[in-house]
Amino acid sequence: MTPTEFTPLASTIGGVRIGVASVMLMLFSGRIAGISGILGRLFPPFAGEDPRGAAAFVIGLIAAPLLYAAATGSTFAQTVSDNARLMAVAGLLVGFGAAYGSGCTSGHGVCGMSRLSLRSVVATAIFMGTGFVTVFVMRHVIGG
Amino acid sequence: MRALASGIAGLIFGLGLLISGMANPAKVQNFLDLVGTVDPSLIFVMLAAVVVTFLGYRLVLRRERPVLAERFSLPTAKEIDAKVIAGPALFGIGWGLSGFCPGPAITSLALLAKGTLVFVSTMLIGILARAALHAVGKPATEGASES
Repeated sequence: MTPTEFTPLASTIGGVRIGVASVMLMLFSGRIAGISGILGRLFPPFAGEDPRGAAAFVIGLIAAPLLYAAATGSTFAQTVSDNARLMAVAGLLVGFGAAYGSGCTSGHGVCGMSRLSLRSVVATAIFMGTGFVTVFVMRHVIGG
Repeated sequence: MRALASGIAGLIFGLGLLISGMANPAKVQNFLDLVGTVDPSLIFVMLAAVVVTFLGYRLVLRRERPVLAERFSLPTAKEIDAKVIAGPALFGIGWGLSGFCPGPAITSLALLAKGTLVFVSTMLIGILARAALHAVGKPATEGASES
C-alpha cells in the first residue's frame, strides 16, 4: 500500500477537464466520451463508421503525459503494480466487463450519470461496490 | 476537422486524468480502500466531471445536430438487464485489483510501466472477446453503447 496525498483542488481541476472534454466530444462529434466504447470502435467491423475520430481521441490520450511533462518539467508520478499475472487478469476483467456492461468509469460514471440514465447509475453503483470489496479482500483479508 | 476536434478532446481528457490523480493506480486503490490508506480525492474528480458534463450536455443537446457530425449518437438502451449488472461487477473487480480503468490505462501507455503494458494488452483482448461473443450470439443488434 502506497499512501497518497489528499488533493481536493487538483482533483477538482482535473475533473473539470474531463467534463470539458466530454462536452466537447458531444458538441463536435455527437458522441459519448466512453473510453471502452471508443477503444472498441478502433477494431473491425467498424459498423459502417469511420474509426478516425476514435483513433484521434486515443492518440490525444496517449499524448497527454508527454504534454504534461513538457508543461511541468517532470514526468507524471504513478505507482503501477508490476505483478504481471495480476495485471493480466485485471485487464481481461476490465476489458470484458466494460464491453459486456456497455460502459466503464467514463461512459457510465461520467457521461451516463450526467444524462441521468438509471442504467448508468446502477452500473456505477455496482462497479464501485465490487471495487470496494475487491480492495478490501486484497488488502485486509488476504493481506497486501 | 472532426478528427482534430476528437484529438484535442482526447488530450484534454488525458490531462484531466493526470492532473486529477485518476491515472495513478495507487490513488484509485486508496480511494477504494475504505478502511486502510483512505484518499477521498476521487470523489472530487467524479463530482466535478459530472457537474460540468451535466450542464454542458444540457446546452449542447439543445442543438439540432453536432457541429461536425450528422446527428447525436446517444445510447438508447434503458432496461436494467443481467448484462448491466454482470459487466460492471466484473469491471469493478479488475478495477480494484489493478487501480486501472480504460482511460487512465491508455493515458499511462507512454509512461511505459510494465504493469500498464500487460494491462492494456489483456484489456483489448477482453474488449475484442466480448465483440466476438456478440457477433456469434446474435447478428447485428442495438445502437450505440454507453461506454
